[in-house]
Amino acid sequence: MPDVLIIGAGPAGLSAARAARRLGAAVTLLDSSDELGGQYWRHLPPSRPSERESVLHHGWATFTALRSELETDDGCTIIRGASVWAIETRDGRPGAVFAVIGEPDGAGRSQRVFEPDALVLATGAHDRTLPFPGWDLPGVFTAGAAQALAKGERVAIGSRVLVAGAGPFLLPVAASLVATGSTVIGVYEANRTKSLLAGWLPKPWQLLRAAKKGTELAGYVLNHLQHRIPYRLGVAVVRADGTDRVETVTIARVDASWAPIPGTEQTIAVDAVCVGHGFTPRLELALAAGCALGADDFVTVDEGQQTSVSSVYAAGEITGIGGVDLALAEGEIAGHVAAGGSVLDARLASALAHRRTYLAFADRIENAHGIETGWQGWLTDDTVVCRCEEVSYGDLCGAVAATGGASLRSVKLSSRAGLGICQGRVCGRTVEELLSTLSPGHSDGPGHSDGPRSAAADRVRTDRRPIAVPLRLGELAAEPG
Amino acid sequence: MTSFLLPPSDDPIRPAEASGIRIAVDGRPVDGLAGQSIAGVLLGSGTLAWRTTSKNARPRGVFCGIGVCYDCLVEVNGQRDVRACQRRAADGDTVSTQYDALPEVAEPIELPGEADGRA
Amino acid sequence: MRVIVIGGGIIGAATARSLSRRGIDVTVLERGRNVGGTSSGGEGNLLLSDKGPGDELRLTQYSSTLWPVVDAELRDELGPAFPSVEFERKGGVVVATTAQGAQPLHDFAALQRTAGVDARPVSRDDALLLEPHLNPAITAAIHYPEDAQVQPVIMTEALIASAKLSGAQFFENEAVLAGIRSPGGELVGVRTTRGTHHADAVVVAAGPWSGDVSEALGLSLPVKPRRGMVLVTSRMPHRIFHKVYDGDYVGVVGSSNAALQTSSVIETTAAGTVLIGSSRQQIGFDTRLTVAVLRELAQKALRLFPFLSEMMVMRSYGGFRPFMPDHLPVIGPDPRLPGLWHATGHEGAGIGLSVATGAMLADLLAGAPPALDAAPFSPARASLAPFLAPFLTPFPDSRAA
Ligand SMILES: Cc1cc2nc3c(=O)[nH]c(=O)nc-3n(C[C@H](O)[C@H](O)[C@H](O)COP(=O)(O)OP(=O)(O)OC[C@H]3O[C@@H](n4cnc5c(N)ncnc54)[C@H](O)[C@@H]3O)c2cc1C
Ligand SMILES: Cc1cc2nc3c(=O)[nH]c(=O)nc-3n(C[C@H](O)[C@H](O)[C@H](O)COP(=O)(O)OP(=O)(O)OC[C@H]3O[C@@H](n4cnc5c(N)ncnc54)[C@H](O)[C@@H]3O)c2cc1C
Ligand code: FES
Repeated sequence: MPDVLIIGAGPAGLSAARAARRLGAAVTLLDSSDELGGQYWRHLPPSRPSERESVLHHGWATFTALRSELETDDGCTIIRGASVWAIETRDGRPGAVFAVIGEPDGAGRSQRVFEPDALVLATGAHDRTLPFPGWDLPGVFTAGAAQALAKGERVAIGSRVLVAGAGPFLLPVAASLVATGSTVIGVYEANRTKSLLAGWLPKPWQLLRAAKKGTELAGYVLNHLQHRIPYRLGVAVVRADGTDRVETVTIARVDASWAPIPGTEQTIAVDAVCVGHGFTPRLELALAAGCALGADDFVTVDEGQQTSVSSVYAAGEITGIGGVDLALAEGEIAGHVAAGGSVLDARLASALAHRRTYLAFADRIENAHGIETGWQGWLTDDTVVCRCEEVSYGDLCGAVAATGGASLRSVKLSSRAGLGICQGRVCGRTVEELLSTLSPGHSDGPGHSDGPRSAAADRVRTDRRPIAVPLRLGELAAEPG
Repeated sequence: MTSFLLPPSDDPIRPAEASGIRIAVDGRPVDGLAGQSIAGVLLGSGTLAWRTTSKNARPRGVFCGIGVCYDCLVEVNGQRDVRACQRRAADGDTVSTQYDALPEVAEPIELPGEADGRA
Repeated sequence: MRVIVIGGGIIGAATARSLSRRGIDVTVLERGRNVGGTSSGGEGNLLLSDKGPGDELRLTQYSSTLWPVVDAELRDELGPAFPSVEFERKGGVVVATTAQGAQPLHDFAALQRTAGVDARPVSRDDALLLEPHLNPAITAAIHYPEDAQVQPVIMTEALIASAKLSGAQFFENEAVLAGIRSPGGELVGVRTTRGTHHADAVVVAAGPWSGDVSEALGLSLPVKPRRGMVLVTSRMPHRIFHKVYDGDYVGVVGSSNAALQTSSVIETTAAGTVLIGSSRQQIGFDTRLTVAVLRELAQKALRLFPFLSEMMVMRSYGGFRPFMPDHLPVIGPDPRLPGLWHATGHEGAGIGLSVATGAMLADLLAGAPPALDAAPFSPARASLAPFLAPFLTPFPDSRAA
């Protein structure tokens, strides 16, 4: 039986672990967090027990069952607080996986190197938040932060909170805020009725019921009605203002391309705003392992969730944003095949069927909620684009103008956009998109035109982070052992 | 108004009593609950920002809440660059806020004895 | 006169700038994007400290006199809106960490002084004045006030922008596939992925790929990739003020050993991060990560600055230095093929040597006497002869063409 190493203990990783164990593989499950569950089932630590934590979650019973099954299974080694910081590739094998284990950002953490027979990557995604003037003020959060603090801390980001961005995720965030004592002023979705209609149905909860995600969303919707939270389409946050923290936000109607419509601005007093425009997959480990990406910048997998690298599998949000049920189905298939099982095994039938359903669902969500390009219209010269290095939109425009349209790599290295400690996780894709607007086809001499090819090659560089998470030099210098 | 910890009495999940902890933030005592992250303790006590940025000296606190943006960095017990949203607070932790000024182009240091060293 | 330069790295950029400022019609062909090769994969040290007396030092000293001039010219031409090229003579401090290492370091410095390098032995106390956080356990230290740096990517972009102002044309995403010969056998142009270009001279400035490009043009050139990795820390309070490295570096640079070699050149960047680099490994164009290489860099850095142990490494990056078997760049006409010129093979010093290379090549092409004797860098030099077979068309001096 093969040794299966699983990185990420969110829905996909947990499901993979159970499936691999079902076939008898020796499983090691790593997560940088000290709790299982990933982003979706983020919960309170054992030091803060409660009677009804399930109220905050969808599928809580699924999670607790998975967790106790794996925790009590001797064939499954769970290593918490294990940050995987590098993968060395090996010909014909998944490669060597390097982890530091201990308190987050600690020093002198213990180190382990794993050389598994099969590797399952289930590293999930993080919020993608587009910049707007004032988004660097304290009190402006990602939608995921509001959710994580509500579920994992019972901390509300503010009393009067505005929720904005794009995608169905905004609804559970608003619901969590309400359940944590905030007043949600409104939920503002940048996409408009027409594109939502094309993508799914006019009322999001109808589709979700159809897609069998109903229970969770029905709860949220009820919650909404109960609390009379306006849910408005075709509206975006275009700026936030305040001295040392957010005091007001300005919303505006946007057209189908997300370009703000002048004259429709409305300024609202808030004490916090949370904004999420979608998700960015956490690809650095997949790239380190040598996995190919598709044109959509997600990890490419086959029927059995195997990546382009033999014995390396991927599941969950890194293969496409599709929500918890898709992550569970993909995880099950990945774990099963990684443990030596066949995709044709009858035990996988329902996971395969679920995957089909939820993939279609994910496509519709992407069509309805995908990021359009007009948002660049709400940037001002002094809008911070790279939060770490405080590179403004004006700085970027200046670098592009001064160099007559240098490449993404060059502009990043000369402006420092994306070179800060988050390694371009927050701004990387934004900088790429801004540059392709600022100098479209600039790469080409007279009469030439195949810019995008090299832009795509550059794109991979943004997600490539040979040191996947920072570690202390003293830890890097220490021989593992 | 600002961020807050939902009082257990108002919480629909009906939490059991959790033990309290106290940390020092730039010397100021801040109370929280065992198991909270340092960011959780700070936000729970109504503090939205702690780090000061290097270039424009602007305040920052939590942005992503899940360890990817590094906006929330603090020094904990003498160790810098710790993500406050990831590190659980321990009773008695000493937390200092970070401000790393950009380096200035230094004036060359003239050593008194240098000329002697030249052959 | 029309000249084609192959490669949009710092050498191609500096060459194009020097040529176009002399009124020569220059076309630069780059198969990817400009500054996408080695010139964006390394550091920007302009070091005299690591070079012993000899031709490379002379070229470096020549470059060192050009840098302040070029810096001022670029500032003038490009204006304040252009990002700073970060030219700074911050100086180097080279230390020995072992008892055996002390004397060789002093001997080397003495030798350098005979060649005009400002190499000042400093006591341990003085070294600690220069670098207060240095490991006090050092056994020797030399201060090199002339060591300087630029930001290599911005500098390359600045050289390109300046060359464009003088009329040079840059074509990106256009790879050179083959040469075009005249009936007499001279190289008169190149065929690319997009068409053809004709010229009186073709300059190969393709960095570590110069061997492949020369081959495509019909000749061998023994340029080999030598991989280098650099570690980058997160921003920290300013505590390292010079380029600081251990003395082993001196031995490493001149060596051909293919096995892993590292030395820790440590310096603060303008952004407050610290660069630790770099390794030297001959493993072809293999870009795979090797943790052992990063580990060794970290270990050496901690020996010099123990406080770094607590700092975060956030990134590693690297590139392939264009390595020459006889450790000198090739600058000048190829005796085997009239019309073919080289400006390549600068190994780990191409940033520092770029402006001297451009100036020398422009002088040679224009038929003017170069400011520095170019013979030691000629492709016809004796030390290169064993590596240069086959001679396709023996032709003593293409400048005659
Ligand atoms: C903050 C946040 C909150 C969310 N909340 C909801 C919600 O309420 N409802 C909803 O429908 N969807 C939510 N989502 C969307 C969510 O991503 C998916 O629904 C689901 O969690 C995806 O599961 P997954 O297993 O693919 O990834 P995740 O749940 O993201 O799990 C990935 C795991 O990998 C670990 N990991 C990543 N990199 C490393 C590394 N280098 N070393 C070690 N471990 C690593 C992470 O710690 C994480 O636990 C949220 C997303 C985010 C970012
Ligand atoms: C880790 C590391 C650290 C370094 N540190 C320093 C330092 O501190 N100081 C210093 O001076 N130097 C340093 N160097 C060395 C320096 O970076 C190189 O010597 C220099 O960049 C070489 O420049 P180049 O223009 O010759 O090559 P490159 O920058 O590689 O440019 C060559 C270009 O040619 C193009 N090309 C290739 N084939 C073709 C074709 N068929 N058609 C068209 N174009 C083609 C390539 O795409 C490339 O862009 C370091 C190098 C490394 C790797
Ligand atoms: S808030 Fe983003 S890393 Fe802590």
